[in-house]
Amino acid sequence: MIADVPLFPESASHLSEQTDNLFWFLFGVSAFISVLIFLLIAVFAIKYHRRAPNEIGAPISGSLKLEIAWTVIPFVIAMIMFAWGARLFFNMAHPPPQAMQIFVVAKQWMWKAQHPEGRIEINELHVPVNRDVMLTMTSQDVIHDLFIPAFRIKADVLPNRYTSMWFRASKPGRYHLFCAEYCGTNHALMGGWVTVMEPADFEDWLSRGERGRSMVESGAVLFQNYKCANCHVEDGSGHAPSLMGVYGAPVRLTTGQTITADDAYLRESILNPRAKIVAGYRPEMPSFQRILNEEQVLQLIAYIKTMSAGKPLQTTGSELSNPAR
Amino acid sequence: MSAVPPVEVEHHENYLNTSYGVWSWLLTTDHKRIGLLYLVSVTFFFFVGGFFATLIRLHLMTPQGTLVDAATYNKMFTMHGVVMVFFFLIPAIPTVLGNFLVPLMIGAKDLAFPRLNLASWYIFNAGGLLMIYSVMRGGLDTGWTFYPPYSSLYSNTHVVSAVLGIFIAGFSSILTGLNFLVTVHTMRAPGMTWGRLPLFVWSHYATSIIFVLGTPVIAITLALVGIERIFHLGIFDPSLGGDPVLFQHLFWFYSHPAVYIMVLPGMAVTTELITTFSRKRLFGYGFVAAASIAIAVIGFFVWGHHMFVAGQSFYASMVFSILSYLVAIPSAIKVFNWTATLYKGSISWATPMLYGLGFIGLFVMGGMTGLFLSALGVDVHVHDTYFVVAHFHYIMVGGTVMAYLGGLHYWWPKMSGRMYPEGLAKFAAVVLFIGFNLTFFPQFVLGYLGMPRRYHSYSPEFQVLNVMSTAGASILAVGYLLPMAYFIWSMRYGPIAGPNPWPGTGLEWLTASPPPEKNFEVTPVVTWDAYDFPNRHDLKYPAPTPGFTPAQTWPPE
Repeated sequence: MIADVPLFPESASHLSEQTDNLFWFLFGVSAFISVLIFLLIAVFAIKYHRRAPNEIGAPISGSLKLEIAWTVIPFVIAMIMFAWGARLFFNMAHPPPQAMQIFVVAKQWMWKAQHPEGRIEINELHVPVNRDVMLTMTSQDVIHDLFIPAFRIKADVLPNRYTSMWFRASKPGRYHLFCAEYCGTNHALMGGWVTVMEPADFEDWLSRGERGRSMVESGAVLFQNYKCANCHVEDGSGHAPSLMGVYGAPVRLTTGQTITADDAYLRESILNPRAKIVAGYRPEMPSFQRILNEEQVLQLIAYIKTMSAGKPLQTTGSELSNPAR
Repeated sequence: MSAVPPVEVEHHENYLNTSYGVWSWLLTTDHKRIGLLYLVSVTFFFFVGGFFATLIRLHLMTPQGTLVDAATYNKMFTMHGVVMVFFFLIPAIPTVLGNFLVPLMIGAKDLAFPRLNLASWYIFNAGGLLMIYSVMRGGLDTGWTFYPPYSSLYSNTHVVSAVLGIFIAGFSSILTGLNFLVTVHTMRAPGMTWGRLPLFVWSHYATSIIFVLGTPVIAITLALVGIERIFHLGIFDPSLGGDPVLFQHLFWFYSHPAVYIMVLPGMAVTTELITTFSRKRLFGYGFVAAASIAIAVIGFFVWGHHMFVAGQSFYASMVFSILSYLVAIPSAIKVFNWTATLYKGSISWATPMLYGLGFIGLFVMGGMTGLFLSALGVDVHVHDTYFVVAHFHYIMVGGTVMAYLGGLHYWWPKMSGRMYPEGLAKFAAVVLFIGFNLTFFPQFVLGYLGMPRRYHSYSPEFQVLNVMSTAGASILAVGYLLPMAYFIWSMRYGPIAGPNPWPGTGLEWLTASPPPEKNFEVTPVVTWDAYDFPNRHDLKYPAPTPGFTPAQTWPPE
C-alpha cells in the first residue's frame, strides 16, 4: 500500500513542467540553506555544550561583515526566485491569441462548461491534447476556484466578473478538477475530471452526444426572442447603438471616456445597462439581470461577437472559437 | 533536578500572596496577575480550538470522512481557525508573557495604564464569550477568512455574533498595544536606554505597532460584513453592487500583519532563550532589533500575496511578490544571528533551550516554504492547498506555540516561584517536536499533489498521508497535555526556584521569585547592555566541578 502512495503530482501540461522546474529550484536552494542551518545548530549545540556549571560563552557580540553577507546573499537569491516566478506567471497570465475558447459557469456546487460548438458538460471538461485552450469563467453565486493540479493552474471564479486561464495539455488522460476556493457545504464535492483527448477523438466527441445549437446559434435565438434588434438597429438609426462590429472596437461614453467593448463591457451592458451609456443615447435599456442566466449571457456575447457589417445573422459556432480556422 | 539552586526557606511577600480571594484577582490592576488571568483565558481557548482540531484530524482518517457530515466539518475547521487565530495565537505571548514581563524587563512597577490593562482582559473575554455563544448556538461555517459573498449572503450560520465577538476582542488588542507602547517609551528604569532593551521588549514594541495600526482595519471590515448581512447594504456582495475582492484587500491588510503579531513575540521569546542558555551576548543586537521593526513595517505591504489567483491585476501581483521576498530578509537575518549566537557559547540543553532550538528549526521550515508561496508561478499551483495549511502551521504552531511553551518554561520559576520537573519537561518537548513534524510535514506533500484545503472528503490516493498526519496529531496532543499537567503539579510540589535559577541577565531576574507586588524593592539602575554575561558581576553560577577548567568562566582570571 505504501508503495502506491503518490508523492509528486502527474505532469500533463506545458506549464506543469515549467512550474516543477521552479519548484525544484526553490526546493534545492531552501533545502541547502535549511540543512546548513540545522547542521550548524546541531554542531554548535554539541560542540559547545556546557562543560562546567559556571562556564560562560565567549565575548563575541557581532560582525558587520557577516551581517552584510547574510543580508546581501539572501537578497540576491530572493530576487532570482522572484524573477523566475514572475516570468512563469507572465506566461500564465497571457493566453495566446489563437487559443480555443471554452466557457465555464460555476455555481454551488457544480461546474458547467459550454463549448462554442454547443456541447455542454457538467463536472467534466473535454479538451484536445497539444492545443492552447482558454477558459473564460464566471460564477452564478459565491467565489469558486477552478484548479487542475496536473496542469499546475488555478484561478478564482468570481460572481459578476469574467476571469480566465489557459493551458496546453501535453498528455492524453483523465485528471482531477477541483474547486479550490471554499464555497459552502459541498465545496469538497464540487469537482470532476478533465479528459485530454487526441485531436481526432476530440472532434468525434464534440460531434457526438445530444448536440444542441452552437453558442452563437443560441445567442441568435435569444437576440431574436428578446427583440434586441428593435432598438439595436443595424444601421444605427434605432433607440440604441448598432452592434455591428462593436466587439473589440472603441466606444465613446456620455462621460467623454472611450473604452474598448470587451466581454466584460458587453456583459455589464446587458445586466446593468445604466452603468455605461454610449454617447448620443439615452439610458432606456431595461436590465436583464433577472431574465438571463450567466450561460445565456455568454451565448449572447458569442453572438454579438459575430456581428459585423455585411455578415448574415446566422453563422456557425466554430467561427467564434478560432478566428484563424 | 540537581541543577536546581538551594531551597529558599524563608517566606516572602509577593504578588501571589499579598491578598487572597476571587475579587483580589478579578479587580487586580497588577500586570503580573493580569498576565495570569490571560494565561487562564488563552489556555481555555487553546483547548477549545484544539478540540476542533482533534475532530478535524479524526474525520480526515478516511477519504469519505469518518465522523461528521459536510456542514458540520465546515463549522469545525472554521471554529478551529477563528478561535486559534483571534483568541489564542494573536493574544497568547503578548498578553501572558508580555504583560507579565515587559514592566519587569524595563524596571517599571507596572504598565502605564494598569486599569486599562484590566479592562483589556474583560473586553477580550467579552469577545471570547460572544464567540463561544456563536459556537454553542450552532457555530459558523465561513472559514476564518469570512470571504463574501458567501459570508454575507449565502451562509446560514451565526456570522453576525461571531464577527461581533472578533470586533470586540480587537479593542483588547488595540489597548494592550497602546499600553505597551506608552510603557516602553515612558517607564524605563534609569540607564535602560533603547540600546539596552532586551530583544523581548523590542519585539513587543514592534508587535504593538501592528496591534494599534492594523486591528482597527479588521474590526471595521468584519463590521461591514455584519452590516451587509443585516441591512443588505451593497459593500462586498456583487449582486448588491459591492465588490468581493475589496473585502479580500481589507481583510488581508490586517490579517497578513497579524501573522507577524503572532510570530514576532515568538521571536522575542526565542532571542531570550538562545542568549540565556548559551550564556552569550546576542550576535548582532542592533541588526536583530532593526529586523523586528523592519518586519512590522514591511509586513503591512505584502497583503496582496494572498490574492495572486483572486483576480487582482498582474502588476499588483508582481509588486506584492517582490515585497514578500523583501519581508523574508529580516527574518533570515534573525535566524542567522541566533545561529551565530550559539557559536562558542556555553550551551545548556535545559527544556526552554530545546523549545528555543525547536523554534528555529520549525520557523526555518515555515519561512523557506513561504519562499515557494511568494513565487508567483508556483503559488498558482499550491494556493489554497494543504501546502499553505502546512506552511502556516509551521510558522504559527511550530513557531509561535513552541516559543510560547518555551517562554512558559523559562519564566515559570519567576511566575510561580517553583521549578517544573525537568526530565518530564524535556520528554514533552521532544514528543511535541516529533508529533508536530509528523502532523504537518505530510501536508506539504499533500498540497503539492493538489489536495485542496477545507475538504470534508477527498480523493482516495491522499489517504495514507492524511492518516500519517492524524497519527502525528495524536502524538502532538500528548505533548500539549503533559506540560498542562506538570505545570499545575509544580505550583504546589515543584522545587523552590530562587530569584534567578538559570541565571538570566534581564531585570526580571534581579527581583524575587515570585516578584513582590511592586516588582522591585529598589528601582534598578542599569549600567550594562542586554545579555552582557561577561560584565555581570552579580550573577551567581553553581560551583564548578573540581578538577575541570572550562574555556571561559566567571569570574574571569
